Order: sequence, then C-alpha cells, then structure tokens
Amino acid sequence: MTETAMTQTPKSRFQSFDFKTAGPAIALILLCIIGFLLNPAFLSEGNITNLLTRSAFIGIIAVGATFVITAGGIDLSVGSMAAVIAGVMIIVMNGAVETFGTGVTTVLIGCGCSVILGIGAGFINGFLTTKGKIEAFIVTLGTMGIFRSLVTYFADGGTLSLNYDIRGVYRPVYYDSFAGLPIPVWVFIIVSICGWLLLNRTAFGRYCTAIGSNESVAKYSAIKVDRIKTWTYVLQGLCVSLATIIYVPRLGSASSSTGVLWELEAIAAVIIGGTVLKGGYGRIGGTILGALILTTIGNILNFTDMISNYLNGTMQGLIIIVAVWLQRGDWGRKNKAN
Amino acid sequence: MNKLSKISALAAAVTMSLASLASAETIKIGVSYPTPTHAWAAGMNWHAEQAEKRLEALYPDVDLVLVNSPDPSAQASALEDLVSVHGIDALVVLPFESEPLTDPVLNVKKSGALITVVDRGLSQPGIEDIYVAGNNPELGRVSAVYMKSRLKEGDNIVILRGIPTLIDNERFDAFMAEIEGSGINVLDHKHANWNRDDGFEVMQDFLSRFPDIDAVWAQDDDIAIGVVAALKQAGRDGNGMFVVGGAGMKETIKGIMDGNELVPVDVLYPPSMIATAMDVTVAAFKSNGPVAGRYILGATLITKENAASFYFPDSPF
Repeated sequence: MTETAMTQTPKSRFQSFDFKTAGPAIALILLCIIGFLLNPAFLSEGNITNLLTRSAFIGIIAVGATFVITAGGIDLSVGSMAAVIAGVMIIVMNGAVETFGTGVTTVLIGCGCSVILGIGAGFINGFLTTKGKIEAFIVTLGTMGIFRSLVTYFADGGTLSLNYDIRGVYRPVYYDSFAGLPIPVWVFIIVSICGWLLLNRTAFGRYCTAIGSNESVAKYSAIKVDRIKTWTYVLQGLCVSLATIIYVPRLGSASSSTGVLWELEAIAAVIIGGTVLKGGYGRIGGTILGALILTTIGNILNFTDMISNYLNGTMQGLIIIVAVWLQRGDWGRKNKAN
Repeated sequence: MNKLSKISALAAAVTMSLASLASAETIKIGVSYPTPTHAWAAGMNWHAEQAEKRLEALYPDVDLVLVNSPDPSAQASALEDLVSVHGIDALVVLPFESEPLTDPVLNVKKSGALITVVDRGLSQPGIEDIYVAGNNPELGRVSAVYMKSRLKEGDNIVILRGIPTLIDNERFDAFMAEIEGSGINVLDHKHANWNRDDGFEVMQDFLSRFPDIDAVWAQDDDIAIGVVAALKQAGRDGNGMFVVGGAGMKETIKGIMDGNELVPVDVLYPPSMIATAMDVTVAAFKSNGPVAGRYILGATLITKENAASFYFPDSPF
C-alpha cells in the first residue's frame, strides 16, 4: 500500500507534464547528449550547421506532408517528385545558357520552373484524389513510379549534371550563410513559420483538421472538402519544389537515386512529431523536431564505430519507435489504471 | 528512267542480300542485362549498344539481340523469349541476381546455346562456357597499393564503402589486407551506398569527427563526387589531400587527364565489360582458336599517362 502511495506522487506530476508535446523534444535532447558523449565534436558549430542544413530538405517536405496527413491524405510521390523536378530544372537551366548566359537569370528560370512543376505535380495528385475519387495511397503510388521513371529516362539511366558555370552562380544558395545560418536553414525556418501560421491561425488550417477528423461532417459543415484537400497536395508540391531549389546547388546533379525514400522520411518526421497518421490532428512544431531527430540519428551513427554498419537500419528503426512511444505518453495513464 | 533503274537495282540488291542472309546461317546472340537505373549500368547499356553496331557491321551474319529487364523475374522471362522467339545460338547474360537466374540460364543452356556470363556469377558452377568479369578484390588491392605509395606511416585515411553486398565486402577486405602492416591508420569506414548524397553526408561527418585526415578511399566515383564537395565546403581539400574512387566515370577520367590533384587517379571497374563479353562470344563462332574460359579484366590504375585510353566522352557514364 505504501508503495503505491509513494509512486502515486510522481505520477501526478507526470500527468501535468505534457508528454505529447515534449516527447519529440526529449528524444532529440537525449540524442544530442548521446552524440556529445560519443564525441564532443558532435556539438561543434560545423557539425550543428551541417545537421540543420541537411534537415532542411526533409523538414521542408515534411511541413507540406503535415497538411496532407492532417487532412487525412498521404503523399508517397514526394521523393520521386523531388528527383524529377531536380532533373528538369537542370535540363532547363543547361538549355537556358545559350539564350540567357550563365547568370542569375538562368538560375531564376530554373527556380521558377521548379515552382511551376511542384505546384502542377501537387495539383495532379490532389485532382486525381478528390475529383478522380481514387485513394490517395494509390494515386501517389502511381505518380511515384511515373516520376521516378521519368527522371531515369531524362538522365538516360545516368546522371544529369548542371553546367559548371551556372553551378558557380547557384552554389551559394546551398553553401553560403546569412547572419551565421546557412541559406537552406533560413528557408526551412521561413517555411516552418508560414506552415505554423497556416495550420494554427487560418481557416484553411482548421478546415484541414476538420476534414481529417471526419470528412462527412466537414462536408455538411459547408467546407469545400475537395478544394481544401487539393490545396494540401498543391502545398505539398510547393514544399517539394522549394526543397529541390536548395538541393540542386549542393552537388549540381540529379539521377534516379536522388530522393530515394524521402517520402518515408518525410512521413516518419510528421508522425514522430505527433501528427496523427489517420488525420485530424497536426503539429508543425513536432514535424520540425521529427525531421531534426531523423537527421541526428544518421549523424550519430556516422560518429561512432561501436555499432556494426549493417545494423544502422536497426538503430534508426528503434530510435524512431522509441521517439513515437515517448510522445504517445499513454503509459502514464495506463499505470494509473493499474 | 535512270533514277528508277537505280532504285530497282538497289531493291534487287537488297532483296538478294536479304535472301543470302536468310540462307546463310545467321548467328543469333541474345544479350540480356538489367535495365540501366544507375550511372554505371547506363554506361554498360551504352557500351552494349556500341558493341552491337560494331560487331554487326563487322560480321553481316551475326545478329545481336539486346534486351534489358527491370527485375530478376522479368529477366527470367526475357531469357525464355530469347530461346522461344529468337532461337538464339548464344547468350550473353549479366544476371540481375545470381540465385533466381541460375535455373533460367540453365534452361537456355539445355537448348544448346553457348552461355557467356558477365560480372555476377551464377550460383551453380559449370553452367557458363565463358565468364567475363571485373575484379573486385583487385580493385580494393590496387587502391591500397596506391595509398601506400602516397602515404607514410602514421597517416590517417577514412573509407566510404558501397551498399552492404558481397561485392563491397570483396573490395573492402582486399583493401584492408593490403593496407595492413603499412602503418597507415584506417580511422573508420561507413557505407555511402555508391551514392553522391550519402558520400557528401558521411564525409561531412567524418570531417567533423576527425581533425586530421590525409586521404579518402571512396571506392566509387559517385561517392567521390560527394566526398570532394564536402572537402571543399570544409576547406580541407589542400595540403596534398587526395581521394581515390573507382569504376571509370568519364568526368573523373577527364579530371585525371587535366591533372586534378584532389582526385589524381581512378581504379577501373569498366562498364565496357559487356562489350568485351560480346566480343569474346562472337569470337567463339568466328575465331580459329578456342575461346571458352574465364576472362577477368584488370582493375587498372588510371593515371594521367594512360587515362586517354579509358575516356569515352559520349557514354552517359
């Protein structure tokens, strides 16, 4: 009896503590501590900058995915979409060299092309899902295959490389910093803020949540369900195009191995962050932490030689599961029921 | 009138030559390989097409049928079609995977065709008449020998490996065996999956982790591109630092010809091996000497001196 009484006190304190929100943050802090213990260089400025910059790709895509998933959809095509957009951007920029030279104009044409393609691809996904009445899983599984094979075709099975002179002009978009932070991190921050405002402070965000929790009720509440759902895919496409714009200057190339499994990483980031996979509840802040957690895991595994290379996938899987378990926070309540 | 007579003469000539082709024994050779979905395979596809043109021009009675397949079961079906539809006399096959394609190739052999296996072997010995392959252990060993020639005792290197596979293990084990006892420290090795992006990220992390790295064995030219980008970003590409890749990508070889100090050499694992296999297979019908046997291509060290003979500017790889 005394034992239960003793354990009762800390439990109530657990209850007041919001594990749902803090779970991913705790997981990330734990990971950082482990990283630091393995090697103090983990917290060096250079490594943190690398980490943040790397997270930007998946992070930006995952912000878009948060909307799609919150509204009860799913987009499996984002990795292939990024690859094909990167490929077309490179082809367009290489082609524009003759007319516009190797200056900023050409880069802007490439970026404009990326945005148009992203929005277009997102619209196709959304239109087929809503008006075509095909499950999002199937539509985006289909477009995933289509985009992937298109980039293979454009690259003739090999690799598309950006003209060397344009690379010089475009390179700063990935490698340069502004006020101490690399440009990709700034883009990530801006996209995150816009995403947060859109999800939490606008009617559009509320509609996404409403549709995700119960589509029929949303429909009877005079929400234009099809239109809102299509918009989430367009938003996702826009996010993919932004991520691609900062991805291309990194190595100046695209091939069929570009963006492989990004869709799963983006979805994992969203779920780790606390968004519900079946829709109806979304958290942008959590998604950002989720993206950071995923990148940090990879980084830590490169920082140690204690774990066999072959078990990297196992470690990643375990940490993802633990992170989600932490943020579920149900175990506090379950103990109480006992 | 003149024109018309010319055309009819031409038509007659074509008909006759076609007839003679049909009557003379046409040697049909099927060439089956995986669909090019990465750069090396795209290079292989290109070399196969070049070899087809060259050999068919050289021998009018040789007909090469090129088929590529996206997965092992599609390749198995393709092999059946080559026998049933084309009635091939010989097969040149680069198996997608060894296990699932052993039986299909055995069935082709039962039809009486000559079998040439390229690169990846089959899981049963004795099926192939001719075997043509690159040399994975040698690739590792040659890379290590070069490292030893450039580095001294106490110098540090890091290794970026490929996808965890048998090929990767063969290369890595041979490298480690050769480097052993040289006093060169291997700080760590990680898989970069023969991929530029992974090469970039793994190298960034190595650079954060180890303040003193003298050389990098990237094993593959795609990984090396990522490694070089990470080195340049960190400003650690000076002081005699160098990167050794492998395979024979045209951009890398161009760089070697131009005297690139950061990637001064490359170790060959030629995508043109399929062309070699096609040559040898045709020779089995045309040569006056025996050609059956194992043809293991060298893992040549490509330096500034010999680079020109490995440079194919039109190939996608």
